[in-house]
Amino acid sequence: MKVYKYASPATFYPLAGKMIPWFAIPSAVLFAVGLYVGFFVAPTDFQQGDAYRIMFIHVPAAWMGMLLYVLMAIYAGIGWAFNARLSSMMASAIATTGAMFTMLSLVTGALWGKPTWGTYWVWDARMTSTLILLFLYIGFISLQAAIDDTRRADRAGAVLALVGVINVPIIYFSVQWWNTLHQGATIRLIGKPSIAAPMLAAMLIMLAACWFYSVAVVLIRLRCIILEREQNASRFAEVGV
Amino acid sequence: MLRWLVWRDLMLAWRRRADMLSTVFFFVIVVSLFPLGIGPETQLLRKIAPGVVWVAALLASMLSLGKLFSNDYQDGTLEQLLLTPQPVYLVVLGKTLAHWIVSEVPLVLIAPLVGVQFDLSRETLWILFASLLLGTPVLSLIGSIGAALTLGLRGGGVLISILVLPLYIPALIFGAGAVEASIMGTSPAPHLYLLGASAIVSLLFSPWAASAALRISLE
Repeated sequence: MKVYKYASPATFYPLAGKMIPWFAIPSAVLFAVGLYVGFFVAPTDFQQGDAYRIMFIHVPAAWMGMLLYVLMAIYAGIGWAFNARLSSMMASAIATTGAMFTMLSLVTGALWGKPTWGTYWVWDARMTSTLILLFLYIGFISLQAAIDDTRRADRAGAVLALVGVINVPIIYFSVQWWNTLHQGATIRLIGKPSIAAPMLAAMLIMLAACWFYSVAVVLIRLRCIILEREQNASRFAEVGV
Repeated sequence: MLRWLVWRDLMLAWRRRADMLSTVFFFVIVVSLFPLGIGPETQLLRKIAPGVVWVAALLASMLSLGKLFSNDYQDGTLEQLLLTPQPVYLVVLGKTLAHWIVSEVPLVLIAPLVGVQFDLSRETLWILFASLLLGTPVLSLIGSIGAALTLGLRGGGVLISILVLPLYIPALIFGAGAVEASIMGTSPAPHLYLLGASAIVSLLFSPWAASAALRISLE
């Protein structure tokens, strides 16, 4: 199968370079559209007024934080199991973006909580487990930074990422398992969502925007990681490293 | 093999008794600092007691984790243990069990005594003892993963803390929750059951993850 040739950092590097604009430009457009729909088209909420509009950043950021952690764990696991360098580099590239989105979801959540719940922070199950997710990202990044040998760093990171992946289902199901301040799921895979159509549209557009942004940024970071690690390989000599 | 491993670690720890005692002293000092810092008002002390005692137990466990594998790693014994035909799972289980007996059980035994500083009732002190008895195996087991991952690294105790504390948080929540429930008068049973469940699950999975981590660290 010809697609496996892209498992080599050397062949994936130019492919990633070509992919980046295909994700970065749509991401910018989707952000513009999503924010416009979210702030100007979606109606004012009956209970929360206009403060609810931060949801269009908070919810996609939270979703991306969780999704990116699972992706990171999968890539790290594949890199460890199949001894695939590029997979482990991908996991390292994802970590920073995932941590950023998780931090963003916590901060925007706190800003949303103040006008609506009256407090910046509450130790409910979802917020606590999202905070744990942020700590797990930071732990992954610190562990890889502390180990000099790249192969050991990749594998140790894989163990940590896989041990921590149990936290993501906990975050997701925490609103069902515990009686918490966070509301239950509004959007389900099956059945009609209980949210107004423009709001749903804006949220999904913002989610797509964040997703495209993540792909673009992770690919840029991956290219940097490839250059750092493969700088002694002659095939990169012409890149001028 | 398991019995031999545990006995060996216990004997080695006995030869360095001061290390054992330093963990306990750290725990006692940290717990005593809070009433000194916050003031003697008993209502307030009773409120903060569960969290303070549990966080001190967490910190004391973390400090002792560095010793779990590093002594054997430095003189090459760990490598030899990994070369035996016995599964590495047993090596990790044996060393973790010995670590629990040496570093955690003294904490569990002395916790009711330091709990008296917070004006807790007799029944609450028993629940404190039970919660720590169920929770400290979780701390040792999950800590063994962190200790195996950071073997020989220069980050030291801080790196282990960053890795392991997020994984400790559920044990902290249920353990402190059990004591708090007892203070409030509600039943601590749900918290203790969940603590017991986490102990059983960590007993099954942590040595497995830690043995994978040991192999990675020893390449």
